Amino acid sequence: MTKTDSASSAAGSTDPRLDGHDEQDLEQHFDATIARDQRIEPRDWMPDGYRKTLIRQIAQHAHSEIIGMQPEGEWITRAPSLRRKAILFAKVQDEAGHGLYLYSAAETLGADRADLTQRLIEGRQKYSSIFNYPTLSFADVGVIGWFVDGAAICNQVPLCRSSYGPYARAMVRICKEESFHQRQGYELLMTMMRGTDAQREMVQDAVDRWWWPSLMMFGPPDDASPNSAQSMAWKIKRHSNDELRRRFVDMTVPQAEKLGVTLPDPELRWNAERGHHDFGTPDWSELQRVIKGDGPCNAQRMERRRSAHEEGAWVREAASAYAAKQSRRAREGAA
Amino acid sequence: MSDDHVYMTLAEGHEDDARWAYGTGFEDPLHGVDIAVPEGVDAGEVAACCLALGDDALVSAQRLAEWCTRAPELEEEVALANIGLDLLGQARLLYGRCGQVDGTGRGEDAYAYFRDPGDFRNVRLAELPGGDFAFSITRLLVLSSWRLALFEQLTASPDPVLAAIAAKGVKELAYHRQYAAEWAVRLGDGTEESHRRMRTALEQVGPYIGELFTAYDVRDEVVAVLRQVTEAAGLPMPAWKPSPSSSSRGYPMPGAGRDGDHTEHLAPLLAELQGVARAHPEATW
Amino acid sequence: MSSTEGVKDEWPLYEVFVRGKRGLNHVHVGSLHAADDRMALTHARDLYTRRNEGVSIWVVRSDHIAASTRDEKDPFFAPSADKVYRHPTFYDIPDDVPHI
Repeated sequence: MTKTDSASSAAGSTDPRLDGHDEQDLEQHFDATIARDQRIEPRDWMPDGYRKTLIRQIAQHAHSEIIGMQPEGEWITRAPSLRRKAILFAKVQDEAGHGLYLYSAAETLGADRADLTQRLIEGRQKYSSIFNYPTLSFADVGVIGWFVDGAAICNQVPLCRSSYGPYARAMVRICKEESFHQRQGYELLMTMMRGTDAQREMVQDAVDRWWWPSLMMFGPPDDASPNSAQSMAWKIKRHSNDELRRRFVDMTVPQAEKLGVTLPDPELRWNAERGHHDFGTPDWSELQRVIKGDGPCNAQRMERRRSAHEEGAWVREAASAYAAKQSRRAREGAA
Repeated sequence: MSDDHVYMTLAEGHEDDARWAYGTGFEDPLHGVDIAVPEGVDAGEVAACCLALGDDALVSAQRLAEWCTRAPELEEEVALANIGLDLLGQARLLYGRCGQVDGTGRGEDAYAYFRDPGDFRNVRLAELPGGDFAFSITRLLVLSSWRLALFEQLTASPDPVLAAIAAKGVKELAYHRQYAAEWAVRLGDGTEESHRRMRTALEQVGPYIGELFTAYDVRDEVVAVLRQVTEAAGLPMPAWKPSPSSSSRGYPMPGAGRDGDHTEHLAPLLAELQGVARAHPEATW
Repeated sequence: MSSTEGVKDEWPLYEVFVRGKRGLNHVHVGSLHAADDRMALTHARDLYTRRNEGVSIWVVRSDHIAASTRDEKDPFFAPSADKVYRHPTFYDIPDDVPHI
């Protein structure tokens, strides 16, 4: 086998770069692939902007999964039944797994996970704003499953058809697991709503606190979202923020009715003409503040991630050192 | 898209909603097992055994859950959660059996949430705070080696349910022991810092090892594993003295978890574990 | 990021291939980081198979994989020469392949 360098080609006897195919042609081919709703794979040519946008979007998605472990993870030790403890423990473990699948997809684009972690810790890359809110009771665990996983599913199912292959495939796997999470969250709430007065109050209180932040998960309104247009043109993003938000509301209202909770929006009502629910306007200034770092738990979330990473350094180093020693011993043994 | 078939194939047959509640294996390990206590088997002994082993597992799982979002690498988050979930699953099965045979008919949550520290029968090593990763790995190595040896014996238990629980547990515990052993070697033979931390961990774990062998004849198996691992890791064997059981003396000797004597760490652990459930004693979750 | 001993705290990237219980061959399912092969296998079990029994796992360090492009006949395959990626970035052409 001969290693070739970039100047020679595997495509018959022609090197495409030498054969008059320039970047314009490559771009056309790329655009045509997107237009045909086909996949771009790691070794395909892609515009720099596409690569960079994807890395940022996938990384932020991965960071969200990892940071998202914190608000729920806090309740594993306090879950009030062994069954709920097991379910929650498994759910949070799944979230670690989702983060890993997504970092893995980002790495196929040339990103490095340690670098992405550094960017997160330094605040140069973001994660979903929803995880900057505190979980104040066990009912929050159920409501997060219902609202947050529900919103995530609205967002993620279309991403299963994202133009970038590894991202789309990671999303398929994640969606299967996340639908399980949403069902478990809703089931907990159903059990609580059929339980004691204190449990019912706990659920309603959690709903009151999580509803608006959940709507904000879909991002700013379309007219305030400058990056969206390019992401949609590249089929990295398949639906607009407002479309997804609307879909989430329409999906969730009947679920709330079945549960017997009130969603804290006096303007929420079914609009027969439009065939959708009308609802109030989220407080976008709150979203801006939380995104900028001024939410209730931003500092705490970052501190936990940073300290886990730093405190773990000696462990990671030890494993690397041991692996290096073993390699050396194997070489010396073979010599 | 043909790639999507990959996940479909991998996930086939695992639509079971309860899968995560049972740790690894996706089938109910007690399916088809007769729950009647056989003739000649002391139900009280079976109950006491299940209770103690259930407490060990619950308390251990709780300590592992504390690593959530604090693990040294994301892959270790998944690994530690796997082990914690396995142990939680074992606790549930053991408490379930206890309720069936101790005459009370209590459910798993009654044992986990509505008993006080003095009623718990876990070994003290399980309740110690998690410490650093070296400590947790060392503790896991000792406890999983010990528990595996116990469970191997219990697969021959005359109680069919306990035997079935042990049979399932053996596979899980072999994995836990392997995980802990590999990490112990990496840390023992890694950097100077990791080596130092492992030495410290062994010193801290040592005094609590004797208690493990008071009621169970598995010392040789456990010592063999520890010897093998510490040699590979370039670490000294932990030192311990055999621990007398207070029940054979009349005068209560300090510190046998199996007798309900615990360190000061168990009460706060249980307060956190039980707090929400106890605040709503009539509630179903 | 490294300690004073000059040891890195970053683990190399491994690609993971799994053959399911009813599968005929291994398929690529993703990647993970591990310090050595043994750890990679353990992590792959935990992450990609949930320790389901009867599943076969292969792990390979990403930088040990030699890859061709997706469609060698496609004239538009050109990867940029000045970017180095962890995902298979070079390809070996067997000596006995005709018409190269």
